[in-house]
Amino acid sequence: MSGTGTGGRGAAAGRTRAAARSRSKENGGATTGERRPPARRGGEGSLDGLLAAKEIVISCGPGGVGKTTTAAAAAAMAACHHGGKVLVLTIDPARRLADALGLQGLGNAERRIPDEAFGRTRPRGELWAAMLDTKQSWDALVRRHAPDARTRDAILANPLYRNISARFVQSHDYIAMERLYELHSEGDYDLIVVDTPPTRNALDFLDAPQRMADFFSSPLLRWLTVPYRSRMMSLASKPFLQVADRILGTQFMGDIAEFFILFQSMYDGFVTRADAVTRLLSDRRTTFMVVSTLEATPVREAEYFAAALAARSLPLGAIVLNKVLPPYFRDRDAAHVAERLRANARSFADGLRWADDGSGEETAARVLTEVADSFLNFGVVARREAEQQAELAASPEVLATVPFFDADIVDMEGLLRLGAMMWS
Amino acid sequence: MPTPSLLDLRLVFVTGKGGVGKTTTAAALAQLAARRGKRVLACEVDAKGDLASLFESEPTDFAGREVVPGVHVMSMDTEASLREYLKLNLRVPVAGRIGPLAKAFDFVATAAPGVREILTVGKLCYEVRERNYDLVVVDAAASGHIVSQLAAPQAINDLVKVGLIRSQTGWMLDILSDPLRTGLVVVTTPEEMPVNETLELAGRVSSETTVRLSAVVVNRVLPELFGRHEEAVFDQLFARVDELSKLVGGDAEPVMEGARLAVTMRRTRAGHLQRLREGIGTAAPILYLPYLFTRAYGLRTTRQVATSLAEELGL
Repeated sequence: MSGTGTGGRGAAAGRTRAAARSRSKENGGATTGERRPPARRGGEGSLDGLLAAKEIVISCGPGGVGKTTTAAAAAAMAACHHGGKVLVLTIDPARRLADALGLQGLGNAERRIPDEAFGRTRPRGELWAAMLDTKQSWDALVRRHAPDARTRDAILANPLYRNISARFVQSHDYIAMERLYELHSEGDYDLIVVDTPPTRNALDFLDAPQRMADFFSSPLLRWLTVPYRSRMMSLASKPFLQVADRILGTQFMGDIAEFFILFQSMYDGFVTRADAVTRLLSDRRTTFMVVSTLEATPVREAEYFAAALAARSLPLGAIVLNKVLPPYFRDRDAAHVAERLRANARSFADGLRWADDGSGEETAARVLTEVADSFLNFGVVARREAEQQAELAASPEVLATVPFFDADIVDMEGLLRLGAMMWS
Repeated sequence: MPTPSLLDLRLVFVTGKGGVGKTTTAAALAQLAARRGKRVLACEVDAKGDLASLFESEPTDFAGREVVPGVHVMSMDTEASLREYLKLNLRVPVAGRIGPLAKAFDFVATAAPGVREILTVGKLCYEVRERNYDLVVVDAAASGHIVSQLAAPQAINDLVKVGLIRSQTGWMLDILSDPLRTGLVVVTTPEEMPVNETLELAGRVSSETTVRLSAVVVNRVLPELFGRHEEAVFDQLFARVDELSKLVGGDAEPVMEGARLAVTMRRTRAGHLQRLREGIGTAAPILYLPYLFTRAYGLRTTRQVATSLAEELGL
């Protein structure tokens, strides 16, 4: 195990996992039944420790930063080193990553990753993976909450529902959290790492359960459907409906109303459930892992996200910085070497006595100039990144950085390689 | 039919996976058009305020504002769009009651496919029809949402049999379906997921919408360090890095290592670029924008990207 230092201190309190028990013994058996408070200074803990202490890790952050891969790598590391049953719930994995996880076209089903896929590593526990199928999950919800078979079938057959289940009120966000709740409450897994959908607003999924509850309890919704339920048009809704009819057409309004009336029959189920999902998000066993790169736009979104978590009193467990340039690009001595190389490339090429006939020096000098230029260029980017990183480092318990990988991550070994980088 | 140049279009939607530089590209396109004397409206669809900040300007609202000479920036707001629509088309005396009405509409729009989208697309098409600007550039929804946005008029046509909205979709479809007026630009980076998404989107756009794919913009293309022969020389130089370090009077290994990383990164990306070229084929031109080593944000970047874009367009 690569975890050293602070990882896992007293983290195993109340857990049955053998792996967690042995960890806490290593660390002096500090199992007092109380979770240790979050580190006061940012970035001190390790991901190893954080993952050993939690049951749910929600991986979030801006789009295009490697959120899904990071979530999968974290889950793979936990399965390898902590043992137990670990599930990674992904939303939209790259095709080759999905292949690596055995998730091609499997819908909502959870699949175990065979131990052989880990290569030479022998995982202590089991790694499971599942993909979120929005349509399937919605259908399951309707089946659960519909008051009777007739309503259920009417909803499932409603043309608007079929259109809507793919896009209803941040449907993806809500369904991801709902599915997380379901998986957690079934109690099959020691740790669930969940990837979040790419959203326009990174916080949408946090608010989705509440918004869903609000949606179903809104008086507006009832108001809108009144005339279609009773044929008695209230004075209040009349002007609105007249305008709405003129714009949308009576038939369309009727379709919408029918759909809402059917859906309202599931009101209690939805609201109760949404409340439970909201509670789960703020449970102490849940933590958030913000993934970002150090480019300007993602960093701003990550900062915004960290602030929003704090405003909701939700724990920012870790920030994982992806695709970070190696630190040698910021090395001053190396930069001086590059500057000297660039200024005197030809004389250094000559000094190496490059080719006996003297013809190769020019090429060598050109190559050295390119090399030096490239180094100085990346040096500018690396220094900019370092500044961004310093700003981000203040807030989380754990700050992990993952360097630029020279190849795409397409298998379990790649995931473990990435995982090892952010582990301790 | 030959693809008209991007700048000759009247309405350009710019989309792409999150984080690839969609907004920067939209801003650069607007900047470039303005540089060439056009009056441009740049519209941000998901109001984050980023578009205006790329012109070093405060976030804009629905009414919009000229942020640099020739470029107006506005932020889409479906409630404001509805209000404008009602004012223009219905002469509904709802000025005082628009609040609850819009709220109720928000509800309908939440559930009814296409309603919110049509308020967005409708406003943009309206600006084109009224010829208020020479070019409307849209920092559009990310690739996941753009198809439903562009297909909204058609979807409304199919779902709504009567009513005012139905009667409004015709002229919108005319504008959107006209390849001489309207085009879609997909921005990507030479990485796995963005390229996958771009190829998938190109397919969906042609099968599910009437909008023409006008260009694919590949952002953050790394420079090529060496020619084929030069790379062999680089390897030989790397093998003699200790000698080189003595000559230079400092450790040259990180400098050489950095170049090796740059070369490998570029090679991985070249593979994705190749996939992109094969997948796009002749459907649309591919434009390449260089990785910027200096700034990543702000008016300076917008101007640099605009210049690169001009070169790629042969201007």
